[in-house]
Amino acid sequence: MNCAECESLLHPLIDDEFDVGHARDVEAHATECPGCADKLGAFRAMRKAMAAADLKQTAPTRLRRRIEAALPLPSAQGIAPLKYFRLPRRPFFGGFALGTALSAALAASVVLTVIRTDHEQAVAAGVVSAHIRSLQPGHLMDVETSDQHTVKPWFDGKIDLAPPVIDLGAEGFTLLGGRLDYIDGKSVASIVYKRGKHEINLFVARQLGTEHANVTDRTAQGYNVRHWSDAGLDFWAVSDLGPTELNEFVRKYRPALHGSSS
Amino acid sequence: MTGHPNAEQEKARRFRDAALPYIDDVFALARYLMRNAEDAEDMVQECYLRAFQHFESYRGPAMKPWLLAILRNACYSEFTRRGKREVSLDDPWDDDRAAEQMPIWQEPSTSPDVSLIRAHDDETIRRLIATLPQPFREVIVLREVNDLSYQEIAEVAGVPIGTVMSRLARARSMLRSAWNLAEAPMLETVP
Repeated sequence: MNCAECESLLHPLIDDEFDVGHARDVEAHATECPGCADKLGAFRAMRKAMAAADLKQTAPTRLRRRIEAALPLPSAQGIAPLKYFRLPRRPFFGGFALGTALSAALAASVVLTVIRTDHEQAVAAGVVSAHIRSLQPGHLMDVETSDQHTVKPWFDGKIDLAPPVIDLGAEGFTLLGGRLDYIDGKSVASIVYKRGKHEINLFVARQLGTEHANVTDRTAQGYNVRHWSDAGLDFWAVSDLGPTELNEFVRKYRPALHGSSS
Repeated sequence: MTGHPNAEQEKARRFRDAALPYIDDVFALARYLMRNAEDAEDMVQECYLRAFQHFESYRGPAMKPWLLAILRNACYSEFTRRGKREVSLDDPWDDDRAAEQMPIWQEPSTSPDVSLIRAHDDETIRRLIATLPQPFREVIVLREVNDLSYQEIAEVAGVPIGTVMSRLARARSMLRSAWNLAEAPMLETVP
């Protein structure tokens, strides 16, 4: 074996990538050749120094949590099906408009203790939280217009459903605009209406649980919530409007849904 | 909606148990490739997202090299997306900061102290590795930090074993010359 051959074989020797026979040949050459012996010694020493040094890295706990949270695991948030599996990139520093609302929603969903039987109640609480959040300055609308033909296309490609946007201006409910929100681990569309000084958030999501043909009444934290499902979608209307007026909103909206071509 | 919710949960649980234990290895490679902690975190997330999406079709190789290969692809797509512009932020692993303390790369000289190796602290060793050019840094990290075999490195880097061997030889020669040029006391060599 000459020095050139030996040099190319030093590394497999150092790395234990050789069978014993080859290793013996290289070591035999190194014992006779001081130059190759020096190299072998230096590379081994360097490797030993690297092994002793702390070169490994520990992934930050928040990264681990973020990855786990994005998996559709059974958790306190209930079922998060695959289509909602999205890893938020840098959720706490994201420059997108929903960043704050999103992290607030995630934080809120941690606070909620949800057992499957209480799921409905939990979703209602999430809906109310999202409503309260939306009332903070600058959070109510992503698209601000009273034109239903602007609001509806705005949702295209942003969410996997086409929320029915209905102009109820003639009924005394002014369409203000729309927004993407995040409730119970799912992206939802919100259509925002106003009567007098009272905002109404109408949240629309793909129906996942049982159908609620009849409207369910709830109140949480002083807000009225109306929930029903229709045409494969779940609807929640939330407002600080009185129960009578919110019922009126639902009564006007539901038939209009079937009247409109959407 | 794909699959039954319980099937999805079961898949997610299996994926978490199989893949998450390697997060430190994945993060380490990301850190050395991206040279920036924040970018590294993004790449690790991207890696686990892609891995989960392909988990159903995963049949091997071993989980660690499989994840590292996905991570490497994610990093290289990111480099391509940025138009090859590697970022340098204010980070101890950053190219520029490290370069200030590093001489220009040289092939090893045949000076008399050729067999001597200086003692360096961990921070200096990390910096020396971080300043290696990309393909050499990668092979050193896969070998010395991730503890992969030549065969596994070949799979992760998508090159023949011969290339792994020649890259590793060059990488160690470069590292050794830089190692001895960086200021530190001399160590005895291992005979």
